[in-house]
Amino acid sequence: MKETETDPQAKRLIIGLGNPFFSDDGVGSVVAKRLKERIPPDVRIIEQNMDSIALMETWKDVDLVIVIDAVRSGSKPGTILRLDPFKQPIPIEHFGHSTHAFGLAQAIKLAGLFDRLPSTLIVYGVEGKHFGAGMGLSPEVQQAVEEVVRLVLRDIQDVRLP
Amino acid sequence: MKTSNGAIDRIKVDYLARVEGEGGLDIVVKDGQVADLTLRIFEPPRFFEAFLRGRSYQEVPDITARICGICPVAYQMSACHALEKALGITVPPPVRSLRRLFYCAEWIQSHALHVYLLHAPDFLGYESAISMAEDPQWRPIVERGLRMKKIGNQLLALIGGREIHPVSACVGGFYRAPHKRELLALKGDLEWGLQAAMDTVTWTAGLTFPEFECDYEFVALSHPNEYPMNEGRVISSKGLDIAMEDFEAHFVEEHVAHSNALHSLRIHGGSYHVGPLARLNLNLERLSPQASMALRHCDIRFPSMNPFTSIIARSIEMVHAFEEALHIIETYERPEPSCVSVSPKSGEGCHITEAPRGILYHRYRLDDEGLVQEAQIIPPTSQNLRRMEDDLRAFVPTVLDLPLEQVTWRCEQLIRNYDPCISCATHFLKLRVQWR
Repeated sequence: MKETETDPQAKRLIIGLGNPFFSDDGVGSVVAKRLKERIPPDVRIIEQNMDSIALMETWKDVDLVIVIDAVRSGSKPGTILRLDPFKQPIPIEHFGHSTHAFGLAQAIKLAGLFDRLPSTLIVYGVEGKHFGAGMGLSPEVQQAVEEVVRLVLRDIQDVRLP
Repeated sequence: MKTSNGAIDRIKVDYLARVEGEGGLDIVVKDGQVADLTLRIFEPPRFFEAFLRGRSYQEVPDITARICGICPVAYQMSACHALEKALGITVPPPVRSLRRLFYCAEWIQSHALHVYLLHAPDFLGYESAISMAEDPQWRPIVERGLRMKKIGNQLLALIGGREIHPVSACVGGFYRAPHKRELLALKGDLEWGLQAAMDTVTWTAGLTFPEFECDYEFVALSHPNEYPMNEGRVISSKGLDIAMEDFEAHFVEEHVAHSNALHSLRIHGGSYHVGPLARLNLNLERLSPQASMALRHCDIRFPSMNPFTSIIARSIEMVHAFEEALHIIETYERPEPSCVSVSPKSGEGCHITEAPRGILYHRYRLDDEGLVQEAQIIPPTSQNLRRMEDDLRAFVPTVLDLPLEQVTWRCEQLIRNYDPCISCATHFLKLRVQWR
């Protein structure tokens, strides 16, 4: 888990998920890096590519969490999904998961069962094209990055904390 | 699949779930017997032994830690010990003690992951730990397992600098050793963990175990006065008792077409079994006091020849690891300096430590600048692969009267008894063959 020098006690948290060594899987990390210079100082940003189950601890005591992750749903590469897990279940098969590690959707489900979800959780999924070993995003996914950054900044501005 | 008269003739699992890495299973059954069986390991090979050639001895623990995200400490420990032998150095007792604490942390996090999230769902009829947690009856149990795993991770991060692929271990000791006050901050969590581990033994011992036993050759380290982690001789339940240096004279790796991981065998013998069950069976009298008590109160008798009871062995080892961790922390003396100074020189050294999944062998040959000329790594999962296939051959005929779905489930459960780490097992490349 990498973290910028932001406030660890922050009540607002942005999490870029994924492994930048696996091409488009790294889109969450690219968005997080892009956001670093543009968010208010009381918003914390982290990049994470380990087992998502640790997220439950990461967002403990946080009010607003925005997660950005790559998805494989069969849509056009670069398509942006904005999901509210309190309104609709997150499709497990679309989010990165392996045979032994938990993916984002599973971590959200488990956190819900343990009553450990933040009060507001927004998930951005960006449809990837290539998930093989390699650095850098596909052009279609790269194009979506700025739009996701804009949407996240809008959320940061608009969402009222309890 | 079934024949026209309803008998099962093929059991196929395309992707094994709840194991680390990628593998599949294909069993052909004829007249109630296994006619053909392949545990297919298709995770691509990862060439670590090749990466190590020409690299400085100092880089080896950090490179080999990358072989596995679950058991990086094991890779660092076997590498450090083997290289220290090659360089002719020994570490002082405080470093040795901190290394055991480091290993306790890894056993706790790896075993908690396997017992609660990967293996328990098999015994209780759930597809995953998440579906288990959906049942209010098991939710606090899953929560307990996650907290135990987290404590292991915290201890690992404190010693290693981070949870996954830690960065503090080095040849000669540690780049940085934690202060006693930092370790004592975890004491309360470790005390909770010790009780949770005792409860885990009671819980896992109460599960229902298929009636199945094999005439195993269990292989593990053995040390005269400690439960084996970093040191000892290699012993087996069939009378083997050798120094680590003689390992390659008694064990051999073999390539099979259906696996990107080599199979290890006893020379002039067959498959063998490494891991928590082997370790426990061969070291019952070396357990910590609470772990011994947990063992005595357990309805299942050890030594156990039933591979499904490995879930209890892991639980007992968690008791041991929590108890030993507490003891080490209470008596901790911060190593000063944190590592022995090392001068590069030519030499060769091999070493075995007890990874969560069993014995892990490393051998290195260095030139006079301390650069690696040759590396050999034999992970526990490749040592267990042939044994898993032998288990399946014996087990399948005993369950063929069950519905196909149940048989398939049982076969997967049998494989998960070994907590296979396929990603570790496919690290190899037979360089001598490929590069000539």
